[in-house]
Amino acid sequence: MRKSDKQNLPSLNLHIPEPKFRPGDIADFSDIDIEDVGVTARPDENSKPIDMQHMATGLIRVLDMEGIAGGPWDPKLSSSIKLKMLHHMVQVRSFDDRMFRAQRQGKTSFYMKCTGEEATSIAPAMALAHDDMIFPSYRQQGILLVRDYPMLDMMNQIYSNREDTLKGRQLPIMYSSPEHSFFSISGNLATQYPQAVGWAMASAAKQDTRIAATWCGEGSTAEGDFHSALTFAAVYNAPVIFNVVNNQWAISSFSGIAGGERATFASRGLGYGIASIRVDGNDPLAVYAATQWAANRARTNNGPTLIEHFTYRAEGHSTSDDPSSYRATEEYAKWPLGDPLERLKAHLIREGEWDEDRHEMLKKTMDDEVKATQKLAEKNGILGHGMHQEFETMFEDVFEEMPWHLREQMEMSLAEKISKFSTKSKEKKGQGND
Amino acid sequence: MIDMPSSPVKTMNMIDAINSALDVMLDRDDNVVLLGEDIGYFGGVFRATANLQEKYGKRRVFDTPISENGILGAAVGMGAYGLRPVPEIQFADYIYPGLDQIVSEAARIRYRSAGDFISPMTIRTPFGGGIFGGQTHSQSPESLFTHMSGVKTIIPATPYDAKGLLISAIEDNDPVIFFEPKRIYNGPFTGYYDRPVEPWSKHIASQVPEGYYKIPLGKADIVHEGEGLTIITYGTMVHVAMAVVNEHCIDADVIDLRTLLPLDIETIEASVQKTGRCLIVHEATRTSGFGAELAALVAERCFYHLEAPIERVTGFDTPYPHSLEWAYFPGPVRITTAIEKIMKD
Ligand SMILES: Cc1ncc(C[n+]2csc(CCOP(=O)(O)OP(=O)(O)O)c2C)c(N)n1
Repeated sequence: MRKSDKQNLPSLNLHIPEPKFRPGDIADFSDIDIEDVGVTARPDENSKPIDMQHMATGLIRVLDMEGIAGGPWDPKLSSSIKLKMLHHMVQVRSFDDRMFRAQRQGKTSFYMKCTGEEATSIAPAMALAHDDMIFPSYRQQGILLVRDYPMLDMMNQIYSNREDTLKGRQLPIMYSSPEHSFFSISGNLATQYPQAVGWAMASAAKQDTRIAATWCGEGSTAEGDFHSALTFAAVYNAPVIFNVVNNQWAISSFSGIAGGERATFASRGLGYGIASIRVDGNDPLAVYAATQWAANRARTNNGPTLIEHFTYRAEGHSTSDDPSSYRATEEYAKWPLGDPLERLKAHLIREGEWDEDRHEMLKKTMDDEVKATQKLAEKNGILGHGMHQEFETMFEDVFEEMPWHLREQMEMSLAEKISKFSTKSKEKKGQGND
Repeated sequence: MIDMPSSPVKTMNMIDAINSALDVMLDRDDNVVLLGEDIGYFGGVFRATANLQEKYGKRRVFDTPISENGILGAAVGMGAYGLRPVPEIQFADYIYPGLDQIVSEAARIRYRSAGDFISPMTIRTPFGGGIFGGQTHSQSPESLFTHMSGVKTIIPATPYDAKGLLISAIEDNDPVIFFEPKRIYNGPFTGYYDRPVEPWSKHIASQVPEGYYKIPLGKADIVHEGEGLTIITYGTMVHVAMAVVNEHCIDADVIDLRTLLPLDIETIEASVQKTGRCLIVHEATRTSGFGAELAALVAERCFYHLEAPIERVTGFDTPYPHSLEWAYFPGPVRITTAIEKIMKD
């Protein structure tokens, strides 16, 4: 192979980012620079992106680690709203634990938790209007719960059972609900980003008042779709909020593999001329305030905002993952921004609105709700027991009207069903009635 | 059939064999580099690159940002420098963001530069269903690649073949896409999903030499010989077809293509001219699938030998479903029905 003939120059070196801690190491995050509450100021909602570029390296905070709220970003929410927030955070955590276990028990194929990141979906969902359009990734189950999507429907989807509104077609947790302004989740990363922009452009073109919000992980910001979305949003001043959930890990790759060593993820927006802010993602009040600020901008034609939620993925990537094989086990315990649920709880206790007994009660109520709903869902079948949908449903919705070739294939599958499954008792295991 | 090289033999499953091929090539050729999402320290979500970063260092085996477009574009550039990149795309279902770098770039660089530049990369990617992966962990997009002029397309069906073919692919100076049938990473799958899975160790093709050996690209393997019917297939479906052939004592040639492009047309022609009947089996969707190309070739070249219409057994033309996976999968029933139809008269 040809190499340079300039022997007098120093040789180049390929840089491969490496996380600070691997299994066996003692995690120590003391070098992460966490600003105190109040340091990052709150610009006017109609400020120009160029005048607030520093926001991309700041950190919006409201709650300190003792649970005291303060600073210019304090959304000054009523205690009933804060209690509702806590309620949903406990609810989603209980839901996640239960569904994770269901997968481990062989009741379904897959599950993904949002533990430690609950604030990044629950607080925005509460700050947005109920009909603002959500283009989610796979870790925003909290939004559905805030919007009162029935937990039973979520479980039916997870079990791909006969009451699954998605007819068993999608991998667990890939929800969809137009009634809740919640777009169908894709398994392909970042595809929702330009789609959210398109929806927002449509809303603006139609002189509607609704805005769009989308989510992805810091790892997914590497995809081309992320950058296309930012370009379009900037060009058309689209009323859209980009949420980047920087939970430090993308499966086994730390944020440095996505470019996090050199710049914050919020600063991705600067080059596009997009308002870009960074928020303590484990501070539900700060996340609420940041979303509210961005939503107000979008609603007043001040354009798109990129919000980096600085947080930590407390659990594995999914049920297919074992994080102890690539990161130090006690990282989460050492995470300098704590746990969002615990922080909100401490705040409410300090405010005299909450106490340990009531918290235990809430946890128990939520666990009971989740368990009871799970029982109902399992009556509709679990994936482990196989095919709950009629074979015909496999061919529906490929197109609005079924073309001849799919009709022929459908006939073939029905004939196969008889020879494949007729040995099994129809009442017991027949498809569609398990 | 298998011509055994001299290095010591070890029992390997498909992942072990792929890992071993990569190990051998990293060791033999300094220009071989591996890149992809989660392939470094972690060793890949299917563990295919386990321990290789530790052994060869981060400059040779490294994690990439989650950008298939970036991975494949960088691999083209590395190839232009003179490296032999082996990018991994975590699932074939995620290759689409990088398609332009394959179709418009890697596949055409030799042609458009009249040989000034080449793109000697080997894209490894797990494909196919049977693991309850839903529509984004199950697809079989091989025909997109055979359609684009300039990419060699490989699909192994055993550990032994996987290693020998992967080594040939890495040494090949043209871009190669190497589809790994993930359902058979740990054992040959017969399509009877309700029966226990057999490990590779019970299969002769799990006896894999530890050292360097090659299986030539463009050479099919006749895995079962017979007189009455030719079954052309590849990947996971080789084992499903074999299960049917064994169970019903079918007098068939079963051809494991191993390479889809360039295709071993001689083996196909000779077999169909002998048997006069042809069944094509793949898991991918039917319309414009690779089976359509095979059927056209057989019709063009063996028409006067055919005693029955060519049949195709394939996945249905729908996205890959989740709960109805086994209704979708072209299993033993679909194959048996097709065989009965072909053999009727
Ligand atoms: C286009 C595409 N490439 C790769 C994958 C495989 N994959 C699924 S999730 C994931 C990591 C995503 O990390 P991040 O964006 O940080 O989100 P997080 O999981 O941390 O919430 C990868 C690589 C995919 N789903 N889609």
